[in-house]
Amino acid sequence: MISPVRITKRDNVPPRKTAFILTISIVLALIFSGIVLLFFDLDPLKVFGTIVTGALGTPMRIEQTLIKAIPLTIASLGILVAFKMKFWNIGGEGQIMMGALCASYVALNHGDLPPSVLLPLMAAASVAGGGVWALIPAAFKAKMGTNETIFTLMMNYIIIKIVMYLQYGPWKDPASKGFPKIPSFSENAVLPDVFGLHIGWIFMIVLTIAVFLFMGYTKKGYEITVVGESLDTARYAGMNVPVIIMVAMFISGGLLGFVGFVQASAIEKTLTWGLSSNYGFTAIITCWLARLNAITTLFVCLAFALLLQGASYIQLSMNVSSSIADVVQGVILFFVLGSDFFLRYKVKWVGLKNAVEARVYHD
Amino acid sequence: MTEQDAENRIPAIEMRGISKAFGSVVANKDISLTVMPGEIHSLLGENGAGKSTLMNMLSGIYRPDSGFVFVNGEEVHFASPKDSIAMGIGMIHQHFKLVDVMSARDNIILGGGTGFFLNAKALDSRIRELSDRYGLDINPAKKVYEMSVGEKQTLEILKVLYRGARILIMDEPTAVLTPQEIDRLFAIVRNMKNEGCAVVIITHKLGEVMEISDRITVLRKGESIGTLETLRTEPNTLIEMMVGRRVDLSIRRETLPHEEPLLRLDGVTVIDKDKKAALDQVSFDVFPGEILGVAGVAGSGQKELCETIAGLQHAEKGRIFFDGANILGKSPRDIIRLGIRMGFIPEDRLGMGLVGSMDIVHNIILKEYQSQKGIVLRRGPSAEKAKRIVERLDILTPSIYTPVSRLSGGNIQKVLLGREIDSAPKVLITAYPVRGLDIGASYRIYDLLNEQKELGVGIIFVGEDLDVLLSLCDRVLVLSGGRITGLLNAATTTKEEIGYLMAGGQGAA
Repeated sequence: MISPVRITKRDNVPPRKTAFILTISIVLALIFSGIVLLFFDLDPLKVFGTIVTGALGTPMRIEQTLIKAIPLTIASLGILVAFKMKFWNIGGEGQIMMGALCASYVALNHGDLPPSVLLPLMAAASVAGGGVWALIPAAFKAKMGTNETIFTLMMNYIIIKIVMYLQYGPWKDPASKGFPKIPSFSENAVLPDVFGLHIGWIFMIVLTIAVFLFMGYTKKGYEITVVGESLDTARYAGMNVPVIIMVAMFISGGLLGFVGFVQASAIEKTLTWGLSSNYGFTAIITCWLARLNAITTLFVCLAFALLLQGASYIQLSMNVSSSIADVVQGVILFFVLGSDFFLRYKVKWVGLKNAVEARVYHD
Repeated sequence: MTEQDAENRIPAIEMRGISKAFGSVVANKDISLTVMPGEIHSLLGENGAGKSTLMNMLSGIYRPDSGFVFVNGEEVHFASPKDSIAMGIGMIHQHFKLVDVMSARDNIILGGGTGFFLNAKALDSRIRELSDRYGLDINPAKKVYEMSVGEKQTLEILKVLYRGARILIMDEPTAVLTPQEIDRLFAIVRNMKNEGCAVVIITHKLGEVMEISDRITVLRKGESIGTLETLRTEPNTLIEMMVGRRVDLSIRRETLPHEEPLLRLDGVTVIDKDKKAALDQVSFDVFPGEILGVAGVAGSGQKELCETIAGLQHAEKGRIFFDGANILGKSPRDIIRLGIRMGFIPEDRLGMGLVGSMDIVHNIILKEYQSQKGIVLRRGPSAEKAKRIVERLDILTPSIYTPVSRLSGGNIQKVLLGREIDSAPKVLITAYPVRGLDIGASYRIYDLLNEQKELGVGIIFVGEDLDVLLSLCDRVLVLSGGRITGLLNAATTTKEEIGYLMAGGQGAA
């Protein structure tokens, strides 16, 4: 194919260049989404301003932003562990639901236990549930070489439908007068607040550091990385590949299941089939943007939560339809993700006269 | 060609001042090349010298950044391989581009732009006519998957001739052939020369260059070092031109007294995915202080042999004794845990032996971490080791924290070999350890293997260059179709004998 641009791989990008490319991409995103907003007769500057004030304007809104950052960060950490192994776990949604379901089962049946017993039990149940839900596709992959992408995706629908069935059937609250709702948890099953925000923010920070240390400084983390780089090398080095795949996926699913516990306990205070709120999918984007580094993931997720909260705020305050907020969000994402390409490759305009076949040259 | 002829004949190919860069990497810099009709021209150079890039511009795959290309005196600008074929240029790639399930005849017409209906009879007679003229021996009805490597190559040649090629470019044509097949190939090439075709052979094998070519152009690091007449040159000059300095081409070989075997294979049989025997009743011994060469056409069971000993390949039956204990059926993990000191340099360095994106330290850890206690990964000792290996083997690297994939092929191999040697192995298995390395680096590797041999290590050396096998190894084992067809004393055997055994002929063991 003849192309007037020449694409070559970059070796090292100096930090200043990275910042420059990122800034350009955000400016372009704003300009482009501004044009989109103009089509809808909206003032772009006002919309952008409202996104920022909507996410950070008052302590209450900051709290809302952080409440979105907590599940997103923990979910991203879970996805990160799987992706580091090049195990494409897109079943985060299902693992969150499974974790929430298991935690809810404990909360609904043992609501009279003291919080110091009940909450750890719920957490353990959620980690086990999410972990096992991820372990199923992992075991099939390890033993039979099945495709984990399709497998984990399908697992999402199974568990979401199960929760939906419970919500509309056996677990429906008899006191809700026919409204399809699972009973609320007892006070004992609700996570406490620390400094005005539910305790999940502490979990978020602790888990970020834990995953960072686990991936970089333990033998298991090293094994997971090697398996991700090359299965042959892992076998050559005497690694037990099936076990590593299963352990990593249990950790991945366990973290996602834990998100289900936090959301069910601290936010919903019950189980609903919409509880995962797409965090399992959004986490794929955030951990990828963070280049699979745990610490970076935390900051990317904070920025992302800001965008999510700002977008939901403009819906309310400016009476904008939610789809327009989605469009703005999509455009910004498109440009930021697109900039990643320019960080990894150098594109040079050579003109049609000197056109050559577009070909990425690896040196 | 007579001298009188030469004066008024137009070159088949003339490339003038060709430059080509990929990003910041300059692959070709101001290269000029002239090939006359009826000439066999060798393009000689080490890996990365720019040979393939130059020829890919002639076959229309790349376009030069600057410079001119003339074919039969006419300036050409190839936009695609199609244009190049239309000008009568045919390229035989290193990896054959044939459809396995089709017959030779179908492969020849494939993509050739013939009419809608096929005239099988006319086609066959044209194939026969070409075959007779150039001495190609091909059965048009034979399916490609039934063909030997030599036959496939002949078919590739026939395919480009059928499309009217008068200029033939061959990329490393002898790499996969037995000595006998090479002789047949050279006979075909000479026939083409006599028919007035121009042939360019890309290679790095000196012996062949001297045997077949009329003129030689040497490339080094993207530049043309010079064009020589084969009759008026000698191998040492060529090596100096290729490498840029004098290289001592002698390989040491000392014979050490044999004791008890370190490694003994007994009736090892491996069945591959297609239920065929990849290794069939293989039995041999490796003694301390010897280098046992393994020769064979590519895919004769070398990979399976190495991987079975290393515990990576499941064997159907047989026994492997290491220091008297049977290790067959043990995984690499068991082998490490049992403290069996065995080093393995696999054929696929970055895909199996090392992790390309990781630095030297983390690649050293690969073989260390299993014996560390606890759950924390300790880098300290491995960093020390990395420093020691870098120093001892003169590895050129910005630091021990540079990803190994950034290093040159020779240095990558030194990291791998250094790691395996550092664990003081008793047996060292090396599969194609110098493949892709330049001459200087190759000789450094031979020296390192010889050092190990003197320390009493038993070394298995799977190689492809018979000259090297004969001068480096003590004994040479020949594999053909997974069977051992010969076990020869390297000092007394000949290339011809090995070639005969590589093709499957039975010989006295």
